[in-house]
Amino acid sequence: METISDLEKQLGGMREFYLKGKTKEASWRIAQLKGLRNFLREKEEDIFEALKKDLRKHPVEAYRDELGILIKSLNLALNDLKKWMSSKTAKLPIIALLSSAEIIPEPLGLVLIISSWNFPLGLSLDPLIGAIAAGNAVVLKPSELAPACAALLAANIPNYLDSKAVKVIQGGPAVGEQLLQQKWDKIFFTGSTRVGRIIMLAATKHLTPVTLELGGKCPLVLDSLSWSLDKEVAVNRILFAKFGCCAGQACIAIDYLLAEKQFSSTLVNLLKAMVKKMFGENPKESCSISRIVNKDNFLRLKKLLDDPLVKASIVHGGQMDEDNLFIEPTILLDPPLESELMTEEIFGPLLPIITLEKIEDSIDFINSRPKPLALYAFTKNKTLQRRMITETSSGSVIFNDAIIQFAVDTLPFGGIGESGIGKYHGKFSFDTFSHYKSVARRSFLTDFWFRFPPWNNSKLLLLDSAYNYDYFGVVLVILGLKRSRKGFNIN
Amino acid sequence: MKEQVFDEEAARSLVKELRVNFAAGKTRSYDWRVAQLKSMIKMMEDHEPEIVAALREDLSKPEMESSIYEIALLKNSCVLALKELKHWMMPDKVKTSITTFPSSAEIVSEPLGVVLVMSAWNYPFLLSLDPVVGAIAAGNAVVLKPSEVAPATSSLLLRLVGQCLDSSCIRVVEGAVPETSALLLQKWDKIFYTGNGRIGRIVMSAAAKHLTPVVLELGGKCPVIVDSGINLQVMARRIIMGKWGCNNGQACISPDYIITTMDYAPKLVDVLKHELEQFYGKSPLESKDISRIVNSNHFARLTNLLDDEKVSGKIIHGGERDKTNLKIAPTILLDVPRDSLIMNEEIFGPLLPILIVDKVEDSFNVINSSGSKPLAAYLFSNKKELKEQFVKTVSAGGLVVNDTTLHLAVHTLPFGGVGESGMGAYHGKFSFDAFSHKKAVLYRSFVGDAPLRYPPYTSKKLKLMKALLGGSLFGIIRALLGWS
Repeated sequence: METISDLEKQLGGMREFYLKGKTKEASWRIAQLKGLRNFLREKEEDIFEALKKDLRKHPVEAYRDELGILIKSLNLALNDLKKWMSSKTAKLPIIALLSSAEIIPEPLGLVLIISSWNFPLGLSLDPLIGAIAAGNAVVLKPSELAPACAALLAANIPNYLDSKAVKVIQGGPAVGEQLLQQKWDKIFFTGSTRVGRIIMLAATKHLTPVTLELGGKCPLVLDSLSWSLDKEVAVNRILFAKFGCCAGQACIAIDYLLAEKQFSSTLVNLLKAMVKKMFGENPKESCSISRIVNKDNFLRLKKLLDDPLVKASIVHGGQMDEDNLFIEPTILLDPPLESELMTEEIFGPLLPIITLEKIEDSIDFINSRPKPLALYAFTKNKTLQRRMITETSSGSVIFNDAIIQFAVDTLPFGGIGESGIGKYHGKFSFDTFSHYKSVARRSFLTDFWFRFPPWNNSKLLLLDSAYNYDYFGVVLVILGLKRSRKGFNIN
Repeated sequence: MKEQVFDEEAARSLVKELRVNFAAGKTRSYDWRVAQLKSMIKMMEDHEPEIVAALREDLSKPEMESSIYEIALLKNSCVLALKELKHWMMPDKVKTSITTFPSSAEIVSEPLGVVLVMSAWNYPFLLSLDPVVGAIAAGNAVVLKPSEVAPATSSLLLRLVGQCLDSSCIRVVEGAVPETSALLLQKWDKIFYTGNGRIGRIVMSAAAKHLTPVVLELGGKCPVIVDSGINLQVMARRIIMGKWGCNNGQACISPDYIITTMDYAPKLVDVLKHELEQFYGKSPLESKDISRIVNSNHFARLTNLLDDEKVSGKIIHGGERDKTNLKIAPTILLDVPRDSLIMNEEIFGPLLPILIVDKVEDSFNVINSSGSKPLAAYLFSNKKELKEQFVKTVSAGGLVVNDTTLHLAVHTLPFGGVGESGMGAYHGKFSFDAFSHKKAVLYRSFVGDAPLRYPPYTSKKLKLMKALLGGSLFGIIRALLGWS
């Protein structure tokens, strides 16, 4: 671990380099993005290996959720960079005092990215893509809870990217604290709500703007579906979005289901059948399911099930293997709402089903809890869809699927309330690391005399007309045909 | 009736009440928002004399500045919002790619909920209600806390807002530190603060506890770079208007100091002196066309800057004071040292120091190495290259070439700071956006389910997935046919 003064020296060097202006050049940014793409292509095997080591992630899952997404992000950034970097003309009214106005994006400076352990590659590099595309110098602190990935990044990034402007700093909470003491032009954090508060408070010292990608309990409202094919597709998607995505350890994993009482037994049977199909008779031997990241989290999840009332509500699964950090896909029916399982973000392969009298009750249920990062609703009922959008609030709303919104880079990805501040993905990543600077220009001609004191009523009338774009009024005043205005007049 | 103290209990029940009213859905309707905006316009039309009088009481603000810079600008905001609201409220459809085919997506603007607007004392009417216009347009319930340093305007706002706008969802809370602290302890869905960096930090810390997003419109030292070879009279008039014509220099975007070369400075000073006399006469302390200093605290602060021994010999124009009437004459100081008091804090008053550099290009470095990015920076020049360098290298909230402060009135430009000068922006549609949550909505159907994303995972699925995420139709076909 470095000392504070080493760190400050490093950061000072990075700031100096940034001030020279290199990172602002399009060619530099493109070279970095291409370098990153080369890293992902050339080191693919190592990446799969690291993800397997840290989370027992299958290469298909790793590609689908991390590697593939990053390549897509890189291709988009490389393709659109010039467009993103260009200034936008701002419309002026017809008789404007200004001759031109535009909005120009510029980098913020030296930014800090702190990422999470569950998608250790994706959540480190996707924000990095935005920060570089926007022309910043970046320090990345990957999560120490995914050590193989952190080490991989620390070893490789200096070889593929410009180490004068992009650095990876490894470490745990102590290093994190040291970093938070420094002055940053932006902090981008992915992690828990609790730590999010700490980060925002630390950012106050230097008035550093933040983007916080936090969590919460993402509910899935499951309406009764009549078509058997629809039911099958729905169940497949639910299972994948819970158990097939880092074993439920994802901020946008389905946390719990809401379904009508009358549908619940059919649902449970379908889920049980499909779980077997996806993960086999003995899921522990399936290589298609990730492990719990470490012992702390394993014990946390175990504790959730220790509650006797919760245990009694298990309708499938429940098997655990502490040595292998394995918890089998577990389904619960109506566990008590005050249990920790139902008040804390689960972040694991436990899927509670809460039954309601009618599906519309889900709206009140959701609104009486903190705003989630994502709200999922499986329904073909257009009225219910509209109500879900207008009567609830969440980072995003997805109909008839889950998790996939992550791959749509035209949609902003972020939370609201306790699920986060700010957004990214696609161009939103570029925006979140940019300052949009207004630039107004004037010529030395055309100065209206009535803009200057000493003041009198006719100047007031002229300015009033000009500011209201009432050109006819201006003419009337000049011709002496209008001598007073509605409201105040100077005597 | 005995006045009730606005304490934490009162703040909590205020927020609770507004949350209930917001949840009932009233503020979301287009009609409600339109009605409030129309009422605000009518309020200004019916009560303009009272508003002007309150501003004269609080700041000795000339009627002209009140009518134009506070009332007319606010009216413009309302008129624009009324014109564009339907369009702003419509969801934005966005394209989806083959990766999620078939699907459709849109971004829906929804109100954040119950928001807090805290305003400043220098444009107490405009800076209170302009953010409120954005909050209302976006469909929120609002609590406004005007600055207690402008008490006449604060109580006028309490009365007029109570009279003209919907009190079930829009409220004014008057007060100073205790009331503000009580408000800041509550959970808001957004806090919009205009003022200085010290309080800005307090606001952000309070917001951090509830993860409340903030917009902070702060300040800084807005530099004016003056190059040679320009129309001096036009430049001088524009600088004077931006400085003394804007609440006597007490404005966040007022030119704070000038940077120019030693050769050019005398010419610059001569023209400034001449134009100042044209505008304000030979005894500017008696001119009615210039605001006073807001209160004795600020008066003492400003005279302290003048009495700093490092600059007291540098005053080349003005310097006269009238403590009783809280007036300081337009004052120019030439060749101030960089480590003087006046160069190390935002002046926010009628003192204009001139900093000398060897060549005008050096001024960019002066600004960029000052350690904080200003809210605005200005350049007067006719040289194309210098103007381009300025725009390229100077980082500030906003830049204006060959004028000052005007960008404030252009609603298509986002108005806000960067770094120490603030975070977030508003005006025009940016106000609506500042008070909205842009919710992503993705529609998928049950048709077209590709089993390749589900377990059990195989290498064949991996190949197909690579092709799908790569987005190339050809690649997909190849993978499907087993050729890659």
